[in-house]
This record gives sequence, C-alpha cells and structure tokens, in this order.
Amino acid sequence: MQLRIRAISVALLSAVALAGCASSTDSSDEGSDGGTAGGACEPSEGPVELTFTTWIPGIEGVVDLWNAENPDIQVTVQTGPNGNGGTYQNFFNQLKAGNAPDLGQIEYDALPNFRVQDGLVDLGVCEDVMAAQDDFVDWTWNQVSFGEEGSAYGVPQDAGPMAMFYRADLFEENGIPVPTTWAEYQEAAVQIKDLGGYITNFSQSDINQFAGLVWQAGGSWFANDGTEWTVDLTSPESVEVADYWQGMIDEGLVSANPPWTSEWDNAYNTGSDWTWISAVWGANSIASGAPDTAGNWAVAPMPQWAEGDAAAGNWGGSSTAVFKGSEHVYEAAQFALWLNTSDEALTALNKAANLYPATKAGADLPALQEGVEFYGGQAIYDVFAEASSQVNPDFTWGPTMTQVYSDASDGFKGAVTGTGTLTDALTAAQASTIETLKSQSIPVKE
Amino acid sequence: MSATGTASGAAKTSSANMSLGARENPFSRTGAMIVMGVFTVYFLMPIWWLFVSATKDRSQFTSTNPLWFAEFNLVENVRELIDYDQGIFLTWIANSAVYTVGGALLGTILAGMCGYALAKYPFRGREVIFNVVLGGVLVPATALALPLFLIFSQVQLTNTFWSVFLPSLVSPFGVYLTRIYAAASVPDELLEAARLDGSGEVRTFFSMSVRLMFPALVTVFLFQFVAIWNNFFLPLIMLRDESVFPVTLGLYSWNTQVNQIPELRGYVLVGALLSIIPLILIFLLLQRFWRSGLGAGSVK
Repeated sequence: MQLRIRAISVALLSAVALAGCASSTDSSDEGSDGGTAGGACEPSEGPVELTFTTWIPGIEGVVDLWNAENPDIQVTVQTGPNGNGGTYQNFFNQLKAGNAPDLGQIEYDALPNFRVQDGLVDLGVCEDVMAAQDDFVDWTWNQVSFGEEGSAYGVPQDAGPMAMFYRADLFEENGIPVPTTWAEYQEAAVQIKDLGGYITNFSQSDINQFAGLVWQAGGSWFANDGTEWTVDLTSPESVEVADYWQGMIDEGLVSANPPWTSEWDNAYNTGSDWTWISAVWGANSIASGAPDTAGNWAVAPMPQWAEGDAAAGNWGGSSTAVFKGSEHVYEAAQFALWLNTSDEALTALNKAANLYPATKAGADLPALQEGVEFYGGQAIYDVFAEASSQVNPDFTWGPTMTQVYSDASDGFKGAVTGTGTLTDALTAAQASTIETLKSQSIPVKE
Repeated sequence: MSATGTASGAAKTSSANMSLGARENPFSRTGAMIVMGVFTVYFLMPIWWLFVSATKDRSQFTSTNPLWFAEFNLVENVRELIDYDQGIFLTWIANSAVYTVGGALLGTILAGMCGYALAKYPFRGREVIFNVVLGGVLVPATALALPLFLIFSQVQLTNTFWSVFLPSLVSPFGVYLTRIYAAASVPDELLEAARLDGSGEVRTFFSMSVRLMFPALVTVFLFQFVAIWNNFFLPLIMLRDESVFPVTLGLYSWNTQVNQIPELRGYVLVGALLSIIPLILIFLLLQRFWRSGLGAGSVK
C-alpha cells in the first residue's frame, strides 16, 4: 500500500513537471512564429491599433494629440514603473510570450541588451526612418544604430547632455572663479572646503553619471567590431577620471550622500554643496530638491581636461523602439517619428516631462529659449544645446549594463567609505562583466 | 488557633509554593519586558516615522526632526494625493480592495472545502493529494510568477483583472491548516448524525462545519488578506495598464519616477500610510480569532 502511494505521488509530480516543460516550449515556439510575421515596412490595410509602453510622466496627453489627428492609427499608451524598475524585464518576458507591445521606451544604455537578445525590429527597412537620420544629433543616431550603416533599432527621443550647475552667488561672494578645467575645479574645491562646504556630492550609485564623465574624457567602456565585444572599464581615460575623483574623495573635498535622497536634497538646499555635474534634466531635480536656493544657481559648461577643449558627456536619454512581433511596423515607425521629431510632440514632451530633444532642430524650440527663473533668469538650455553638439559619437554601451552598474556601484560604495579605490572597483567590474558576457554566450575578447 | 494558625498555614503554603510550584523570577520577567519593549520600539518606529512624514510638507522632510511633527498638513497632503493624475490612487486602492477581499474570501472558502474534504472523507489517493498540496507550500510565489505569466499569455488573460485575481485564490497553507483543524474540531459522529437527519454534505458543510472550523477559516482569511494586499511581484509581471494596478504596484511605480517628478516622494509616503490602514484595521478586528486559531489543537 505504502509503495503504491509513493509510486502514484511520483507519477503525479513528474506528470505535472513534464506538462510544465511542454507548455513552455510551446509558448516559445509561438513567440518566434509571431516574430517573423511583422517583417517589412509596408502600410497596413484599414484602421490600426498600436500599443506603446513607456514611463514618461504625462505621455498620455502627448499621445492624445496623435490620436486626435490620426483616426486610422490609434495608439494606446501603457505606463508603469521605469525600465530598470521592472519594465525592461517585463519586455523580455512579453517577447518570450509573444505579446510584447508594438512600441516601447528603451534608454540608450539598455538598447544593446535588447539588440543582443534579438528583440527589436531593425527600422532600417523603413525609408522614412532612414530619411530622418540627419534630423538627429550625430551621437544620438549612433546610439540607436550601433554604427551599422542603414540600420536603426529605435528612434532617438531625448538626450542628456551634461554641464555644471553651480551656486553663482556663493562663488561670487567668496571671490572664487568659476572653474573651466578640472584642475581649476580641484583648486576651487580646496578653497570651498576651507569655507566649510563641499564642491559637489560624489554619487556612489549613479554609475551612468560616471560613465558620462568618462565619455567626456574620450573613453568608451565597450566596443563591438561586429563579431565580438571588447570590455574596457579600465582604459586610460577611465582610470584618469577614477583617479581624479579618488583624489577628491581622499582629501575630503566632496560629500558622499546617497543620491536622490532627502540628505542629498538637504545638502544642496542648505548650501553645503556648491555644484552638480549633471544632465539637462537635472535642472528640475535641483529646483525641487533645493527650493530655498531659488535664483542663486547658474549653468556653465563642464570643466575640461585641457584648457580650450570643448567636450561634453551625456547622462541618460531614451529611444522609442519597435518590438519584434509587431504586426504594424510601418505605422509604429510613423508614430515614433512623429513623437520624436515633430514640434508639437517635442514641445509637449518638454512641457510634461522636461525632456530635451535629440533632434538638431529641437534645440530651437521656443520653450527652450526662455530664461529659467530658478537659474537667475539664465537661458540655461543654450549651454546644453552647445554641450549636445560636443558629445563624442563613439561611445558604446554594453549588453549587460544592469550588471555593470550593480558591480561598479558595489565597489564605489566601498571606495567612498574608505575601502578600496574607484579604480579597484572598475577593475573588479571589468572582470565580472567579462564573466557575465561569457556566461551568456556573448562573444567577448579576453 | 484561627489567626496564627492561618498565618502559619499561609507561610507554610507560600514556602511550599516556592519549592514546589513554578514561580516567576522577577528578573526574567523584567528581562522579557525589556526585550519586548526594544522590539516593539524597533517595529513601531518606521510606522511612526511614516505617520510623521506623511503630515509634513515636502520641503520640511530634510529640515525638521524626522521623528516629530512640523506643521500638521496631513489633510492637504491626502487631498493632493487623491487629486493627482485624476484620482489614480483611489483606483489603485479600489483594485487592491477587490483583489484582496474577493480573493481572500473565495480563497478561504476553497481552502476550507479542500481541507474539510481531505480530513473528513477517506478516499484513495487522499494522502497523495495532500502531500502534493503540501509540496506547494514549499514553492515560493516568486518562482511561479513567470510560468504563470506564460500560461496566462497563452489564454490572452495577461494585463487583466483575472491575471492577478485567479492565482490569489490558491492557498496550499490554507488547505493544510483547515485540514488539521477540521480533523480536530469536527467530530465524525456529528456528521453521521447530520446524514441520518437527511442533510446533504454541502448543507452540512455550510451550516455546521464552517461554524466549527471558524477560527481556522478566519486565520486563513487573515493570511490570504495580508498576502494578497501585499502582493507585488505577480502584478508587476502580469499587469501593464495603470488602471488595474493594486496599490503596492502603483506606489512602486511612482517611486521609480521620483527623480523626474519630485512631488511623488511625498505622495508615495502619504499613499503608503493610507495603504497600511486597512491591514491594521483587519488585524485589530480579527485578532482574537487569529490567536485562538494558532493555538488550535495545542490544548485538547
């Protein structure tokens, strides 16, 4: 009797397990069938409905503009957590199950991951998309085409050119010249330290900000020659930037509050921190995190490594991509182009979410010509337009940036509290990134 | 004889108590109270902080003492929260309420019926089924979320109310608890008497056995309520449309956008405070059942 019960339970459990295996292979087959359906870029017959997943605040109003003008192509927008907060993983799950949306917002640093997993439609087959190539600032087009001629895996949406936000009043009051080179920045840091403040807050977890600094210095953490990846987190430029900031940390010239917290807000609000090297969208972060300092800020170009240089880094920015399996690639591309190039959409996006357009013409939007009160009336976007034209087009993101960020930030946190250095952190992240790529069977140079 | 006798008698019994009975050591009692006090403060401090922060204006977060009030703005904060984004927060609370109350009620009834059947009706394969269900307790819900997503994709039910509601109805732990309790609290003789009186099995269950099993059913309801209200990973994977989010996923979604929309930091805190209120209420109302349910069967 006991033997029979055991035999039956084993049989039941194995039946359930095998059923689970069978159904999962079925669904992946269906997924790949769906993928081959939406290939070429031809207009569809009859009314079309598209789904678009994004997390841009206020995007519904912008999409309503399109829906009102295009009764035959209706877009349903779905919002939720941001990409790294779960939506990217959901995209991958949905691609596997075959029910991904037609369009999705994907940040530049996540695009290679989707490309490597073959989740995106190459919009190079759509004439209108390729015709729009010159509308976009060069480096943003490189971000979506990965340097491949005649390809585009997304339409660039916004950019995050970096500059230096600084407390104009404090610099003037204390007679400290606004730094234009990193050497001057360090000297100013010492003077500010003597006055009891910090020149800036060093972020232990914004690795993509650090990547932007390396970008400005001319380094690129990844490269892909078409057959294999090269991982170069410890390139000379990267180490130069790491050593510079390590020096600042060792001398106690920078504060080390975790970013995007009340302590960080407080440091800027009380005037303890004097500058922030950040992207264009950071204007809003300071305005709402440090309301007591309104009118005292200004924006200047990033400090340069050599006198007279004109290079800027980039932090953030997303594209609008079409997922494999979409049955209306042509209409999706039309919508993506409208969203990211038309004046009305770009103005609405800037108004709703402070997005800075990736198009060359976008810098001339009327909304971006006005002075901003929080920054003493300065027309801050002029500085960012200039910076956007100074971003090196040859920066490549790797296919596993989430893992790179996570590993690097572990080491950065240690460096900030005195264990190890930033260069050690980058070295460790270099090794673990190569391991991760190998474990995912992605060809990588040792 | 009387006064001194009883006094010496009392002295004798008290000394007898000291040597024979289990008398509480005053040190161990104070020690236990201190430990409990420390843990109480530890657990209640975040809730206190949440309450205090929810009453503050956002600009006061950093400049005032985090554990004490500044201006008392709770009513305005709640009003702003409810107005934001056309009342999406109320939609989320309503969604959570439907998922939770509906799911917990139905789930409890299902688990109760399963446990009762396993306890009271001997049939071939009963132990096998029970062991398989018990194995289900060991599987963490997060491991099941992705396979569930793939299954629901095949029947095109993802991103709907049912994709979160249906998986919430399942409670292997509930089946286990109700089986144990039914075996202990529903006497077979009572069931036989009911059958003799002509009552069908379903009628017997709902009119008699449910009342006998009530503490266990309330315990299962409470566990399911907390689990479904706090359920985050399954909705994250299944749902894409904000209008069907439960409040956990909605607050998380806001929290990921705090960098772009700093007002959300305040709304997340006020929303978090509002979202724990139903749980606290339910616990306070039902705790006597929960306490007796936990101890069921320990003193026969």
